[in-house]
Amino acid sequence: MPVQLEIALTHLLRHRRSTLVSLTGIALGVAFFLAVSALMRGSEQDFLRRLVDNNPHITVFDQYRAPHVQPAQLRWPDALVAVSNVKPQAESRGIRGYRGKLEDIEALPGLRVAPVLHGSAVLTFAGQQHGVSLSGVVPQRMKAVSTIEQHMVAGSLDELAATPNGLIIGQGLADKFGLRMGGTINVVSTEAGSRTMKVVGIFRTGNAAYDELETFTLLKRAQVLLQRPNRVNRFIIQLTDPHRARDVAAVIEHGIGYKAVSWIEASEDLLSVLLVRNIIMYSVVSAILVVASFGIYNTIFTIVVEKTRDIAILKSMGFRRADMRQIFLWQGLIIGLLGSAAGLLLGYGLMRALAAIELKPPGVSELVHLPVWWGADQYLLALGFAMVSCLGAAYLPADKASRLRPVDILRGAT
Amino acid sequence: MTPILRAERVTRRLGGEVPAILVDDVSLDVARGEFICIMGPSGSGKSSLLYLLGLLDVPDAGSVWLDGDDTTRCNDDQLAALRLSRLGFVFQFHFLLAEFTVLQNVMLPMRRLGRRQPEAAREHAMHLLDQFGMAAHAAKMPAQLSGGQRQRVAIARALANDPLLILADEPTGNLDTAATLNVRQILRGLADAGQTVVAVTHDTGFAGAADRRIWLVDGKIVPDGPPFP
Repeated sequence: MPVQLEIALTHLLRHRRSTLVSLTGIALGVAFFLAVSALMRGSEQDFLRRLVDNNPHITVFDQYRAPHVQPAQLRWPDALVAVSNVKPQAESRGIRGYRGKLEDIEALPGLRVAPVLHGSAVLTFAGQQHGVSLSGVVPQRMKAVSTIEQHMVAGSLDELAATPNGLIIGQGLADKFGLRMGGTINVVSTEAGSRTMKVVGIFRTGNAAYDELETFTLLKRAQVLLQRPNRVNRFIIQLTDPHRARDVAAVIEHGIGYKAVSWIEASEDLLSVLLVRNIIMYSVVSAILVVASFGIYNTIFTIVVEKTRDIAILKSMGFRRADMRQIFLWQGLIIGLLGSAAGLLLGYGLMRALAAIELKPPGVSELVHLPVWWGADQYLLALGFAMVSCLGAAYLPADKASRLRPVDILRGAT
Repeated sequence: MTPILRAERVTRRLGGEVPAILVDDVSLDVARGEFICIMGPSGSGKSSLLYLLGLLDVPDAGSVWLDGDDTTRCNDDQLAALRLSRLGFVFQFHFLLAEFTVLQNVMLPMRRLGRRQPEAAREHAMHLLDQFGMAAHAAKMPAQLSGGQRQRVAIARALANDPLLILADEPTGNLDTAATLNVRQILRGLADAGQTVVAVTHDTGFAGAADRRIWLVDGKIVPDGPPFP
């Protein structure tokens, strides 16, 4: 063992109480750092997972991000042009030639795509009426891009595929109307009047608004109901790597012209809130460690003051300034490592305890666990920050010790 | 023959609100194996001169030569290296590290220098302690020893790295008569064995053991002995 390390250890053991206080401060700081970080990162991951899983990674709309430039504008860019006796072509809205565009998108690697015709309808049953969103889907494709199949509490997308008049509704809507599997309901659209449909599936996502408002039918049935034959107005796309969504959306938009919105773009405000939240969180938990490191500063500073005479004798013996600095930096390192090790264990225990807590948030019928992030990076971050704090706190007294002139101490020694 | 230690017109001033000259234009040669005592009244600059000779302090003017090497241009680390390998210090208040055993205290300079393997360092430390009748106390803590015993341990520690020169600052200033006599005998014995010793003392009895006595008054050497009765 290097003699500097042995002296450092001896000093710490001699000052057991203040060493223990410093260790406890660092341990608690690291533990709280971990617990808070795990909770915040866990909730962030949970939020993002829900955001990514429950929403399309990319949605292509039947809109253009920038309107097409008209020929007259190109011909006379700075002029005011009046065009008379021109009647816009009557055409139902939607993605033109969607089958070809679907094939173009499918040719891209690492994605699955489903065409959807999305519109509004009113459901009437037993004298009650309820406005809903009606999505016309291709069941096999929908399975590949949506988690709706996983949320089915009765029936399935396959049953929808086998039932031309089939309708899948949410649990909230079923409860509202008192509907069950196999029940019939009138679907009214402003475009094509009314049609009786059969409930072939009930889903429950836990999102009350979604469970009351969303309904699914076959794409062809929706095209008839909404009077948009051979049209879809959305492509829903899921990616193997959701984090590529922004780039893939740009490629698709460039390729087919229609507006392609990635989940990242759609959630930009939320993501920036998460970023700010993380900065605040790490600032607060880091402050805990900074405060804890003052304990180390205090302990080592006390040792330096008490051991001034020893410093003088060691220097007169031939110990260099760097040796003196090492002795007290060793002390910071030892407290930091032991405190961090204890803090990591304590933090892990806290995380386990937090993960075991069951909650029942308002509006949710199932018990949920606190989302805890177990990623290794936060352990390293806590350890790294604790060590930087400890060594930083130790450096000041260590430097003071290294600068002490033995002659000044020996002259005043008693 | 080249002196083992030479001070050439060494001056050390103390700054501050009331400037003072601690050592004033002192020149001194110490021959190998010589036992010199620096004497003088309180505040005469004895200890300041010893610190300059021991490379603990740096002169404002003049130079200190150790074994033929001018130490004036050495930086802090080089001076520390010289102190570690060539000098040994004994102070008035023994200055042992309280948390280390007697043996550990004696081994400290050897461990820092690293010239000896750990086992050889231990053997050498035990040999030194045995030489001064302290081997039986090797495992004790300094607090368990008497003042005289502590000073003997301090001398053993000063000899740990086989120094060219032992510098002792009032080594008997805090000891009773018997212990003083013992330390005096030890240092005299070392000098007889060829070890160079420079000691600062008030004690004329102790100084009687030295080969040469140097008198210092107001930082200056008084060539003809004490200017007071």
